Amino acid sequence: MNISYDEKDKLLCFEITEEIDHHGSEKIRRQADNEIERYVPKRVVFDFDKVTFMDSAGIGMLIRQV
Amino acid sequence: MKNKYDNEMNLEILSKSCNESFARITVAAFASQLDPTIEEIADIKTAVSEAVTNCIIHGYENTEGIIKINCKIDKRKVIIEISDTGKGIENVDIAKEPLYTTKADLERSGMGFTIMESFMDELNVESILGLGTKVTMTKTIKENS
Repeated sequence: MNISYDEKDKLLCFEITEEIDHHGSEKIRRQADNEIERYVPKRVVFDFDKVTFMDSAGIGMLIRQV
Repeated sequence: MKNKYDNEMNLEILSKSCNESFARITVAAFASQLDPTIEEIADIKTAVSEAVTNCIIHGYENTEGIIKINCKIDKRKVIIEISDTGKGIENVDIAKEPLYTTKADLERSGMGFTIMESFMDELNVESILGLGTKVTMTKTIKENS
C-alpha cells in the first residue's frame, strides 16, 4: 500500500495504490491527518482508482476522516 | 484414512497485522483450483481479511496469539474456518449487526461480519467467552460455462 498527495488551491488529493487493509489503513490515517493539519484544505479527495483490494478497514478509515 | 473432502489445507499464523495479506492470498490461491471468477476470488479474499482482522483486533486485542485457518474443498464448495483462542464474543447476534463495533475509537466500521455474510454464501460464528471464536464460511464456486 502506498499513499501520495498533491495540494493546490486548498484542494488536497490523496492517491492510494494497491491494497487497503487493517495493516495499511493506519499509515493512510496518519499521513492524511498530518497533511490535513498542515494544509487546512477546503476539500479533500481520496483517489481509490489504483486500489486493488479494500476491506472494512478502508471504510473505517474514510468514516473517521469524514 | 481417506479424507472426506476433495482437498484440505491448514495454516497457522501469528496474530500480526502484516499476516492479513498473506492469509487472504493463501486462501485465495487454494480456492483457485476451482477456477473461480475474479469476483469470486475478491469475495473470498475480503471475507478472509475481515475474519483474520477480527481475530487480531478483537480476539487477541493486538496481543500475540495463534490464528488457525482450515480450508476444505467439497465438490464446488469452499469451506473456510478461521479461529482464535482469544477473548470470545459476548453476544454473537449483536456483534453481527451492521455498524456495531466495540472499538469505535480504533476507526472500526463495524462492517466485518456484514461483509463476510454478504460476500460468502454461509456464515456461522461460534464463540465462547474467554475461550475464543470460530468463524466458518462457505462459498460455492460456479461452474464456468
